[in-house]
Amino acid sequence: MSEIELNTNAATLESEGEPEAGTTRRMTLNMGPQHPSTHGVLRIILELDGETIVSASPDIGFLHTGIEKQAEALTYQQVVTLTDRMDYLSNLANNLAYCLPVEKLLQLEIPARAQWVRVMLTEISRINSHLVWLGTHCLDLGAMTMFFYTFREREDILRIFEFFSGQRLMTSYIRVGGLALEPPRGWHKLVSGFIRQLPAKIDQYEGLLTENPIFMQRTKGVGFLPVERLLDLGVTGPMIRAAGIPWDIRKSEPYSSYEKFDFNIPVQQAGDVYARFRVRMDEMRESIKIVEQCLAGMPEGPIRADAPKVVLPDREKMKTQMEALIYHFKIVTEGFRVPAGEAYVPVESPRGELGFYVVSDGTSKPARVFMRTPSYGNLQALSELFEGKLISDSIATLGSMDFVLGDVDR
Amino acid sequence: MNFYILSLVKAGLVAFVLLTFCAYLVWIERKVLAHIQLRPGPYRVGPHGLLQPLSDLIKLVTKEGLIPGNVSTGLYLFAPFLAVALALVSIVTIPFGPEFEIFGVRTWLGLTDLNIGVLFILAMSSLGVYATAIGGWASNSKYALLGGLRSSAQMISYELPLALAIVAPILIANTLSFKELAEAQSGFYFGFLPKWHVFAAPFPQVFSFVIFVIAAFAETNRVPFDLPEAETELVAGFHTEYTSTMFAAFFTAEYANIVTICCVTTLLFLGGWHPPFPAEYGSSFIPVILLLGVAGLFFFHAGQTLKTRKWDRFSFPVGGVLSLGLAGLFLIPLLQPILVPFFWFAAKTLLLIFFFIWVRGTLPRFRYDQLMRFAWMFLFPVAVVNLLITAFAVALTSN
Repeated sequence: MSEIELNTNAATLESEGEPEAGTTRRMTLNMGPQHPSTHGVLRIILELDGETIVSASPDIGFLHTGIEKQAEALTYQQVVTLTDRMDYLSNLANNLAYCLPVEKLLQLEIPARAQWVRVMLTEISRINSHLVWLGTHCLDLGAMTMFFYTFREREDILRIFEFFSGQRLMTSYIRVGGLALEPPRGWHKLVSGFIRQLPAKIDQYEGLLTENPIFMQRTKGVGFLPVERLLDLGVTGPMIRAAGIPWDIRKSEPYSSYEKFDFNIPVQQAGDVYARFRVRMDEMRESIKIVEQCLAGMPEGPIRADAPKVVLPDREKMKTQMEALIYHFKIVTEGFRVPAGEAYVPVESPRGELGFYVVSDGTSKPARVFMRTPSYGNLQALSELFEGKLISDSIATLGSMDFVLGDVDR
Repeated sequence: MNFYILSLVKAGLVAFVLLTFCAYLVWIERKVLAHIQLRPGPYRVGPHGLLQPLSDLIKLVTKEGLIPGNVSTGLYLFAPFLAVALALVSIVTIPFGPEFEIFGVRTWLGLTDLNIGVLFILAMSSLGVYATAIGGWASNSKYALLGGLRSSAQMISYELPLALAIVAPILIANTLSFKELAEAQSGFYFGFLPKWHVFAAPFPQVFSFVIFVIAAFAETNRVPFDLPEAETELVAGFHTEYTSTMFAAFFTAEYANIVTICCVTTLLFLGGWHPPFPAEYGSSFIPVILLLGVAGLFFFHAGQTLKTRKWDRFSFPVGGVLSLGLAGLFLIPLLQPILVPFFWFAAKTLLLIFFFIWVRGTLPRFRYDQLMRFAWMFLFPVAVVNLLITAFAVALTSN
């Protein structure tokens, strides 16, 4: 059987001519881009033998937004808003992943308070992303109610984001040089109130799923690939941790003062859909631990780096100091200049290793921004994960991969 | 002559009640599911969304009935008709209450009492497979084809444990007529334990009850066995391509099947219209007490309605008065022998339907092969063993 090609005519009825007597015909099924469980606009061309998948090839690009190219036309600070639109479930992680290499090029020292707020918010956004994953994954498996339960908590998280940044989804709260705004009055109460009741909610989810025989039947032993293969394909994040490799950039290459926090990396050995479920559930609990530490030990101080050429001056200073006014004018009209060079700083996004490779030519606009996105890396494994499996398994596997199409296509 | 008029009246009544109930079953399902899922459910059309079924109907009927290209038109149109016809025909053998005499006419709640009523229902539900298989095949859509294949395999497989589970109580009651089956379950052991087949001597039919309910979930394509229309896998399964009235027909058939199968469960295992405890202990007054409680709730909430729901101040008292009126009906001696048995029948059936919806709100769905393995490797053997034990027990005690 030859491999099917990525062409738009793959939707034609049966594949390859008339069958010989006594053989079964294979069916080409075009799953997506409009399909309830391809999580956006992924198109998968499945070749089916009955309900068994002979081969699967993903067709991406339906959500292409040209963010990578667009970034070259905007100033460094403006690019932050673009990163929000890539992976719309964990935009704070994107903001952070973009700011880190730019700050590295600028050699900025980020104040402790800003770093801690960054950690706290990215962990909350990790919980947010895992909640959405859990809801949609269970929806794929037919457990509809879970979706509404997780979205109840997600609503609280979005309220927290709105409280901090004025935006629910496109926060752009983490900026080059620090944060966009001082955390608003009352944030401590809001966040601690949310974090306090969350463990009970996660217990509720686990009570519905972890020991549920149907759920276990659907997920155990499903979507397995050997660890070596996963490594070859560049799979990161919960998918690789569920296969037994404790690879977490927060531990291996700490950024934004993650080294000061005490947390574990949940690891499972089985490498199947169920293991990924367990890893993500445990990760939510670990994130709660990190947020609690942030709440307990949040340092005081400025939220922006002491770099007048990069960070906008205070409004008050502009009225009294000539330099402040000049810098303000320069930054607003032209943007700040970044020394020529290139930098890459990976972060651990909810989906895996996320990194922005930023090349600067000394102007105020990046020469090139390349995104190493976890969704794209994890999607590499799709064809191999699907081969020889049933359609139902493929849906469970697809859900467990937890990709965001905006992150894949950029 | 009298017989024909009576039959016509009853047929009209049953058809009207069944179809209305099917429509409102959708409302009930959406409301119950919504409350499980922390949302209010239908709310805009009429008070508490009570007119939602009507608006759904208008919407479905007035939509364009699209026939996709390259479908097998005859079969494509025939499938939904077959589905709804079979689903509605099944209800004729179901008795809803015992015989009674009113205004000098002796009759009973129900259309016809076939002496092979149980077999008839089984036959009709087996034929229902054709509707989904044909519909899936004729649609010229891959999702529909896969859904049709899945559902034929599933329904044929689950027919076996279903039938075997039915045979056991039939052995005990020694009849195939639903009416006689229900009458066989009247009376009480030790004066309090009802002689329902779930508790029946010589061998309680708990196992066959559970098997029957599980198989019923599969027969009606409900979660966790809703693979034929697994939304996230096969879009909408066999009725993916259907629109308008044809879709409405499939939809009605699905809900009519749920009603029928819950009625059958009630009749076979839960004693039909017989109360759960004797009338000496006041079981006839349970409906009155319940309705009074409902009326009380209505009046209580009418006093403290929210500002955003102003008209509840009027709709709640109306509901309360209606409940009081119903409670009054249950106290009229002439109507009591009709209403009280019917109340018990309806209560048991509605509880089962609620269970169906509850399960839908809780469980994920099986995988196709797991579902088949479950039927053949687990349900079928258990049903056979249960049948053998029952047969043995009946043979021992019948002498």
